[in-house]
Amino acid sequence: MQGRACALAFLATGLMAGPASAYTAYVSNEKDNTMTAVDTATMKVIKTVDVGQRPRGITISPDGKFVYLCASDDDTVQIIDTSSLDVVGDLPSGPDPELFVLSPDGKTLYIANEDDNLVTVVDVASKAVLSEIPVGVEPEGMGVSPDGKTMVNTSETTSMAHFIDTQSHEVTDNVLVDTRPRFAEFKPDGSQVWVSAEVGGTVSVIDNAKRQVVKKIQFAINGLRAETIQPVGIAITADGKKAYIALGPANHVAVVNAETYEVEKYILVGQRVWHLAFTPDQKTLITTNGNSNDITFIDTATDEPVQSLTVGQQPWGVAISPK
Amino acid sequence: MTSAVPGTLTAFLCFLFLAANFSGAVAQEAASKQPAATARPEKKITEIKIGYLRAYAPQLTLSLLDLPPRDEGVAGAKVAIGDNNTTGAFLGQKFSLDITEVKPDSDVVQAFDDLVAKGDRYVVADLSARQLLSIADIARDKGVLIFNIGATDDSLREEDCRINVFHIAPTRSMLADALAQYLMVKKWPNWVLLYGSHEQDHLYADALRRAAARFGGQIVAEKEFKDTGTARRTDTGATQIQQQISVFMQDLPEHDVVLVADESEVFGTYVPYRTWMPRPVAGTAGLVASSWHPASEQWGGIQMQSRFLRTTGRRMLSKDMSAWTAVRAVGEATTRTDGDDPEKISDYIRSDDFSVAAFKGQKLTFRKWNLQLRQPILLSDAKSVVSTSPQEGYLHQVSELDTLGVDQPETKCALK
Repeated sequence: MQGRACALAFLATGLMAGPASAYTAYVSNEKDNTMTAVDTATMKVIKTVDVGQRPRGITISPDGKFVYLCASDDDTVQIIDTSSLDVVGDLPSGPDPELFVLSPDGKTLYIANEDDNLVTVVDVASKAVLSEIPVGVEPEGMGVSPDGKTMVNTSETTSMAHFIDTQSHEVTDNVLVDTRPRFAEFKPDGSQVWVSAEVGGTVSVIDNAKRQVVKKIQFAINGLRAETIQPVGIAITADGKKAYIALGPANHVAVVNAETYEVEKYILVGQRVWHLAFTPDQKTLITTNGNSNDITFIDTATDEPVQSLTVGQQPWGVAISPK
Repeated sequence: MTSAVPGTLTAFLCFLFLAANFSGAVAQEAASKQPAATARPEKKITEIKIGYLRAYAPQLTLSLLDLPPRDEGVAGAKVAIGDNNTTGAFLGQKFSLDITEVKPDSDVVQAFDDLVAKGDRYVVADLSARQLLSIADIARDKGVLIFNIGATDDSLREEDCRINVFHIAPTRSMLADALAQYLMVKKWPNWVLLYGSHEQDHLYADALRRAAARFGGQIVAEKEFKDTGTARRTDTGATQIQQQISVFMQDLPEHDVVLVADESEVFGTYVPYRTWMPRPVAGTAGLVASSWHPASEQWGGIQMQSRFLRTTGRRMLSKDMSAWTAVRAVGEATTRTDGDDPEKISDYIRSDDFSVAAFKGQKLTFRKWNLQLRQPILLSDAKSVVSTSPQEGYLHQVSELDTLGVDQPETKCALK
C-alpha cells in the first residue's frame, strides 16, 4: 500500500515537472460504430462521432490531418478529417477490411482482406487499387518496414508471416509462426519483425535479413490459465529497447526487454486488451480494452497504469496524432 | 426429386473442382513470382491424399429444418482442403480428398481398403461406432490414421479406443457435461429426463445421468418415450402431438428443466412449448449442446461462416466443422513437419507441440490418453449460441476443457 502511494507521489511529481504534451488519440469502437477522440494530456474524451459499421483498424496520416478507419461491415476504409472529425471520403478496400498499415511516407495503404485471402494495395492520393496480392487464409496482421521497402502480412489459419516486396508487390518469403498470427510490428531499426500468435500464445521474433524466427517469446501470469493468454497488439519503443504486448483476455500488457526478450512485467489494464499505441513523445502508451469499454493510459517511465477512461462500446484500435 | 439431388451434387462438385483449380493457379502464380534474388532450391510438390468414408442414407427428421444437407460433413472437409492448399501453395504441398459412401450398418472394410489402395493414409470417418471399429485394426496395420467425425460413442474413446483413431467429434459425455455445467450455473438443478427407446437415445440418457451425478444435478424422474413406429409427419399431426406430449408429462414431479434424449428423432423436437408445466427444455431439443452452430461468430468465427457459405451455398453445421477440423489437423501437422510421412505426422499430432485453431477461442489439442480432441462445447437454441462450456468456475489441474467428458483418472482406455 505504501509502495503504491510512493509510486503515485513519484508519478505526480513527474507530471508537474514536465506536463505531457497534448496529443489526440483516436479510438475505433467496434460495437457501437463510433470513433472517440481523446485528449492525451487531460485524459478526457473530446468528442465521439458516428462512423461506418464495425470500425476496427485505425491509423493516421504522417501529417496528422487524416485518420483512416476500416469500416469492416461496410467493406470500405473511411477518411476522417481530424480538424472537423467528419468523414470526408473513403478508399477502396476490398471486402471485410480489418487491419491495414500505411507506408511511412503516407502514400500507400496496405489492407488485409480476411475473406478473400488477399492484401489490397491502395494509392491514397488517387484512391486507386494498385495491386491485389494473394496470401494465406484469413490475412490479418500488417506491418511495414521503416524504410517502406518490405511489408509483412500474417494469415491466421495459414499461420504464416508473408514478406512482401513493396516495389514488385510480390511475396518473397513465408515464415511459419504459431497459431493464428494477429499482428506484425517492425523494430524501428528494421532489423526484426515481431509477430503475435493469438491462439498459439506466443510472439515470434523474425530476423528481417534471414527471414527466420530467432526467438519465441512465451508468457505466464500467476493465477491465469495459459489459454487466456492471447497476444494481439504489439508496440516497440523508438529506441528499440522495450516492447509492449497486449495479451487479450488475460487483461494484461506484457513489458518485454527487446534486447534480452525477457518479460519484465505484466501490467493489469482493462478486459480483453486488443491494441496499443504510444504518444509521439513515447511517454504514454494507450491500450484499448474491448470488454470493459475503456482505454488505459500507461506511463512508460514507470510502466504503471495511470488512468482508465471509458470510450465507446468495444474499443478495438487506437491511433495518436503526430503532434 | 431423387434425380435432382445427384444433379445438384454434380454441379456442386464441378464448381468445387473449378474453384480448387482456380485457387491452385493463383497460388502457383504467387509461388512462381518469387524473385531470383531470394530463390530457394526448387521445392518438389508433396501430395497428401485424404480419404473420406461416410455412411449415408437419406434420413427423416421431425422438423424440415433439421433435414441434413446431402453434403453434410463432406462440405466442411472440402473447405478445409481449400484452406490447406492455400497454405500448401507456399510450402509445395497439395491436398486432395477421396470421398466414398456406404450404406449405414453395411460392411465398410472393402470401401476402406479401396481408399488405402488409392494412396490415402488419412481417413476421415463419418461412420457408426460398429463400422469404425471394424476398420480400426486394419487401418493400424496399414499405417493409416483415422479421424472420427461421426460417432459420439464414449466406448470408442474408452474400452474400444485405438492408437490410430483420433476423435474430432465430441462424446455424448462431453455434450451432456457441457449442458449440466450450464444448468448448474443457472441454478436450475432439478431435472426430469425423457428419453427415446433406441440404443443411441439410451446412451445419451446415460451421459445425462452421469453428468447429473458429476455436477450435482438431480434427476427427479425419468420416462421413456416408446417409438411405436408411427409416421414422423402427417397432415394434421400437430394437433394430436400438442396434447400427447402434455399428457405424457402430466404425472412428472416438480422440476426446473426437462432433459430430452432423442437422437433418433422420434419425439424430442415436439417437447418445447408442449410440456405440462411451463419449463425450459434441454438435451437433443431446446437448448442443444454441440461442437458448432451455424450462428457462432465469436472468436473469428464469422470468417469461417462466411467462407463456408460462399463456398458451399449453405450454413455450416457441427459435422461440417468436425470434418473441417479433421482435415485441418492433417494440414497443420503437414505444415509443421514439412512433409507427408504419416508416421512423423502421427507423432506430431500426439506431441505437446500440436494444436489446431477452430474458432473456439483457444487452441484445441488431443487428450493423450484416448486421442479425443479437447474442445469448448456450444449451447444453442435454433437461432443463437446461448453459452459456451466449460462454464467459469469449473476448474481443472490440466485443462478446464477436461471438465467435459471422461477424464484421465477414470478412463478405461489403454491405447493399442
